Amino acid sequence: MSSRPELQAPPEIFYDDTEARKYTSSSRIAAIQTELSERALELLALPDDGVPRLLLDIGCGSGLSGETITESGHQWIGLDISHSMLNVALENEVEGDLLLGDMGQGLALRPGVIDGAISISAVQWLCNADKSSHEPRLRLKAFFGSLYRCLARGARAVLQVYPENLAQRELILSYAMRSGFAGGVVVDYPHSTKKRKEYLVLTCGPPSLSTAVPSGKVEDGESCSDDESSGDEENQVICISDRHRPRKKQKINKKGKGREWVLRKKQQMRRKGNVVPPDTKYTARKRKARF
Amino acid sequence: MLSSNIKGVSNGFPLKIEVEKVVEKQVEINHDFLRNIFQKIDWKAFFDASKVMGFAELPEQAPDPSVLESDLEFLRKFHHALLELHLEEGALVCPETGRKFPVNKGIPNMLLHEDEV
Repeated sequence: MSSRPELQAPPEIFYDDTEARKYTSSSRIAAIQTELSERALELLALPDDGVPRLLLDIGCGSGLSGETITESGHQWIGLDISHSMLNVALENEVEGDLLLGDMGQGLALRPGVIDGAISISAVQWLCNADKSSHEPRLRLKAFFGSLYRCLARGARAVLQVYPENLAQRELILSYAMRSGFAGGVVVDYPHSTKKRKEYLVLTCGPPSLSTAVPSGKVEDGESCSDDESSGDEENQVICISDRHRPRKKQKINKKGKGREWVLRKKQQMRRKGNVVPPDTKYTARKRKARF
Repeated sequence: MLSSNIKGVSNGFPLKIEVEKVVEKQVEINHDFLRNIFQKIDWKAFFDASKVMGFAELPEQAPDPSVLESDLEFLRKFHHALLELHLEEGALVCPETGRKFPVNKGIPNMLLHEDEV
């Protein structure tokens, strides 16, 4: 059984009363959501003039991401398909206006009124056909088309997604481009499996200087940008061919794996964003026979 | 109130409001936000909506944007109608098709049936 919630049930059924409560009361999820929405707001790059904007939160759920928007002083409208999640949001007395709606049916908003949109872990739900009438491609098209219309010109949309595989990411991106958006994917912590987060940064209107894709975050402060057609795809290809190759025998001699091996592994863990002790002269040194 | 004011279905704007219950919530006034949102509002729809909700102090004709800079009384009224009036129970009705979107606990249900997509 997969742990991806998208594969278990449609969103309006998966996020029922118990799941909605569980989701909101979990401090771990709340912390992740807050971190994600803070990063999304940062990527949204709203002009810093203290004027509150009207933002749209797609898949707002119980309003965890909305609270971050409120804290930064903006007004927001939240859209979600799950009634239970919105009820939890009501109980928490979130500041934004809530809407029960399906993003795959298009957003029922007047053109050009929204100053920016964020979406945390929601768009990948569109790729699943939960009813016989659902056609993921049409739903993606309706979503991005209506999003494009309701955004003001030059406004940005930052959508944090968990694509299941490369094809899904390409699909989402291609529909975004077809609706007229400019932009690309920003990947934070690309080497980590858990911390890796993908953000679609889309801008209304033709590409210009302001639509340049910001770079992703890496643990050691370096930045790295990942456009649709760079490194990751190559990695993927290599992985596939690797699978059919006979496993390389690990070189273990009597002395153990050696200092180089330890250093390499430590570097690997550092790239993943784990906390690794610094390399010293004691690294991988053998203990004496007695203490 | 905000959401229903500035919302339209692809085949019709504005949505008419059927009121069953309106609540008022105190919201802090923010002049910058009001000035920003003012240009985006369809004044006639907004005027009608606030009248239906029982707030008739707004002028029928859209005021000149310069009013926003000076007239604090107008800003207060505008703020009240825009942000403090909430439609708690009722429905939004599409002007073209007559389709009703029910509003429960302040949340409009905009889900469409399968045959309406």
